[in-house]
Amino acid sequence: MRTFVRQAAVLLLLQIACARAGAAGEIVQVKINDLAFSPTEITIKPGDTVEWVNADFVDHTATATGGSWDILIGPGKSARRKFDKPGTSKYYCRFHPNMTGIIRVRK
Amino acid sequence: MYHFQSAVVAAAVALAVFSSPGVAADNPSDPQIAHIAYTAGVIDIATAKLALKKSHNKAVRAFAEDMVRDHQAVNDKALALVKKLHVTPEDNATSQSLVSQADTERADLGKLSGKAFDKAYVDNEVAFHKTVDNALETTLIPSASNSELKSLLQTGLKIFAGHLQHAEHLASKLK
Repeated sequence: MRTFVRQAAVLLLLQIACARAGAAGEIVQVKINDLAFSPTEITIKPGDTVEWVNADFVDHTATATGGSWDILIGPGKSARRKFDKPGTSKYYCRFHPNMTGIIRVRK
Repeated sequence: MYHFQSAVVAAAVALAVFSSPGVAADNPSDPQIAHIAYTAGVIDIATAKLALKKSHNKAVRAFAEDMVRDHQAVNDKALALVKKLHVTPEDNATSQSLVSQADTERADLGKLSGKAFDKAYVDNEVAFHKTVDNALETTLIPSASNSELKSLLQTGLKIFAGHLQHAEHLASKLK
């Protein structure tokens, strides 16, 4: 009986953990290679996280046009930002302003 | 007046890259190419550091910081590559001409201040990157025989083409 209770408790905890992971959304990767964001445009769900992976040997940023968010991505490093609100964010690299991208968050 | 001077210096540098007696105009060697590319980076870093000392314009200072960061990263990569390839960069007439022209240019910039400095610095960056990008595209990249050196120069050209666009955009705002 005690073992059954313990197993049930573990199962319950696992379910809670899985539910939380689901609520946290997915991680969607944008690669930075040869001075370009790839893919240039992505569409994600509210709660998803964008992960930029910088394969170049120079620093880059992902910076919202207007400056509401600004993320530094060092050479060979990655950085993430979660997007909760539906809408379209245009962004660019502050160090290389000809590098641009768009993130669309679905309703 | 200063804009004209920048154009003259750029033309002289272009001439040096293409027709210096010490370098075969069509076919500089890999050690010479490495030296020319590295020298161009050192020059742009030194000019950017002068801008960081003299300019109070936020956009100009941000651009100068970009130049230091990127050119240092490219030069660090170039140094690591020549070490790996056991290549010793070879000084040559083109590198020497670049340095001597840049020294004159930097001395002239040093005499300016405020908005006059900002405009002259950015105009100079436009002219310098046009010259270097053109030299990379038409002479240095086609002449590079080692594939890793060629690839680094190609990435460098992408970075520097971005610098040219950035400088041109900045120049249009400073008018």
